[in-house]
Amino acid sequence: MNINEKLATLKYNKEKESHLTVDNDICMRCKEKPCTFICPACVYEWNEEKCLMTVRYENCLECGACKIACDKKNILWRYPEVECGVKFKKG
Amino acid sequence: MEENKIEVIVIGAGPAGVSAAITLARAGKKVLLVDRADNAGDKNMFGGCIYAKQTAEIFPEFWKTAPVERAVTEHKIFMLTDYNSSQFSYRYSSKGAYKAFTVIRSKWDNWCVEQAQKEGVYFAPKTLVKELLIENGKIVGIKTSFEKFYGNIIIIADGVNSLLAKQIGLRKEIKDNNVTLNVKEVYKLPKERINDRFNVDENEGIAAKILGGPLKDMFAMGFMYTNKDTISLGYGISLDELKKSKLKPYELLDELKEHPSIAPFIKEVELVEYSAHMIPEGSFDFIPKVYDNRVMIAGDAAGFVNNIHFEGTNLAMLSGKLAAETAIFALDKGDFSASTLSLYYKKLKNSIIIKDLKTHNNTISFLKKHINVITSLYPELACEFFEVISSADEIPKHIKYRKFLSKIIKSGAAFKSVPLGLFAMEKCLEK
Repeated sequence: MNINEKLATLKYNKEKESHLTVDNDICMRCKEKPCTFICPACVYEWNEEKCLMTVRYENCLECGACKIACDKKNILWRYPEVECGVKFKKG
Repeated sequence: MEENKIEVIVIGAGPAGVSAAITLARAGKKVLLVDRADNAGDKNMFGGCIYAKQTAEIFPEFWKTAPVERAVTEHKIFMLTDYNSSQFSYRYSSKGAYKAFTVIRSKWDNWCVEQAQKEGVYFAPKTLVKELLIENGKIVGIKTSFEKFYGNIIIIADGVNSLLAKQIGLRKEIKDNNVTLNVKEVYKLPKERINDRFNVDENEGIAAKILGGPLKDMFAMGFMYTNKDTISLGYGISLDELKKSKLKPYELLDELKEHPSIAPFIKEVELVEYSAHMIPEGSFDFIPKVYDNRVMIAGDAAGFVNNIHFEGTNLAMLSGKLAAETAIFALDKGDFSASTLSLYYKKLKNSIIIKDLKTHNNTISFLKKHINVITSLYPELACEFFEVISSADEIPKHIKYRKFLSKIIKSGAAFKSVPLGLFAMEKCLEK
C-alpha cells in the first residue's frame, strides 16, 4: 500500500499557508536530506531537475520528526492554526 | 472568569494536563485548561493502553463509565526472525480487577475532559497557545491566536514537541537520539472475529510487544493491541536509528505487516487509520528543569515516558497531579516563585517517575549497546530451540543438540552480557 492510500484514511483541514518553511538554498547544499525519507507522511520531496524542495504541508501528521532530523536546522516548524491540520480518530 | 484572569492555566488537555486541571478544581482552585484541537484527543496518538491503578487515582472506577475498548488480559512478546517466530505470552485471570485497558485517544481524552468540566474546570478547545506571555521579565499568562489570558501559575503539558518549554529556555532543542518516531495502523474487524482470532472473551484483549524481524538490529519495538472492533499495529524507532537506516517509516511498517507470524492477525481487515507521533525516549539524562518562576512542565513535555515498558500516560497523569498539588500549595502561600515550585521536583523525586526514569536511563544505554543480542540473537536461539524439539527427520538427535549447544556457546559472550548488564544496572542504582 503506498503512502497516499494510507494518508487517504485521515481527516485533514488544509490551512491556507504552510506551517512548515524551509530555505531552499540550504536544502540544495544538504547531501543527506533526511526529511525526504524520515517523514511518516512523505511531506518533503526533492525535485532534482528544478533543484527544489517541495513541501506538501497539507499531508503533515504534526509529529515534529522533520525539524529534529534536519541536520541543518532548516525546518521552521509551528503547529497549524486552530481547526486546521490533521485529526486522528483512532489515535 | 473575569477579564481573562485566572489562578492557573494548564496548556494541553492530554493525560498530564487533564489530571493537573481536575486536581486543582477539586481543591477549589480556578483553572483554565486549553487545547489546540477541536476536541481533546484529536491530535493525540499512542499504542496503546492505559494502566488501571494509576488512572483510577484521578478517575475512580473509570472503567464503569469511560469509553474503554478492551481490558488487557494477555501480554504477549513476539520474537521474530526473518521468517519465523517464538511467541511468549502471559495470560492472567482478572476476576474483575483489570490492570490495563486499551483506549482510543479521541474518545478517551474527550471523556476525561468532560469529567474535568463537571468538576469545575474551564475548558477552551481550539485554543492554540502561540507563546507564553512575559511582562517585565515575568511569565504572566498565555498568548493565543486571538487573545491573552493571565494566570498566576502556568502548567505546560503541551506534549513531546513542547515549543513553550523551549520558548522560556527550560528545554533545549530535542536531539534525534532522545525521541522515537511511532507509526501505527488501525484495522477494522468485527468484534466476534477479534475474539476468535486472538482467543479472547468479549471485552478482553491483548497487548503485544514485537522484537526483531524487520526491526532487528535497530532500537525499535513493535506493538499490537486489540480494541473493541479494531486492531492497532505499529512500532516505534529511535529517530537517529531511522535516519541511519535510510528507511521510510511506513515502508518498514509494511514489512512488519508482511512477516509470516504477524500477517495472519491482520488478514481480511480494512485499514481505517494511519498515524504517526513522536514519543520522548524518557531517559533521566534528558529531563529538563521542570519548574521555574510561575511555571511547571508535566507529561511528555517533560520527557516522562518509560518507553521500554510502554508507560507514558500513567507517568503523565501522576506528574500532572504532582504539579497541581504544588500549585495548590503555592496559591495558598501566595508565592509562585521557583523556590516554592521546587516542591514539584521534590515530589517527582519521591515518586515512581524519577525513580523509574533513573533505572530507564541505564536500561536504554544498555539495550542500545546490545540491541543485536535482544533483537537478533535471542529470537534466533528461541526459534532454534523449537526447531530442535519439533523437527523429525534423518538427522540424529545428538547432532541436533550439539549444533544447538555450540551455537549457544559460540554466542556465549553476547549471551552472558544481558544478565551481567541487568546486574550492572542494579548496581548503578544503588549509588
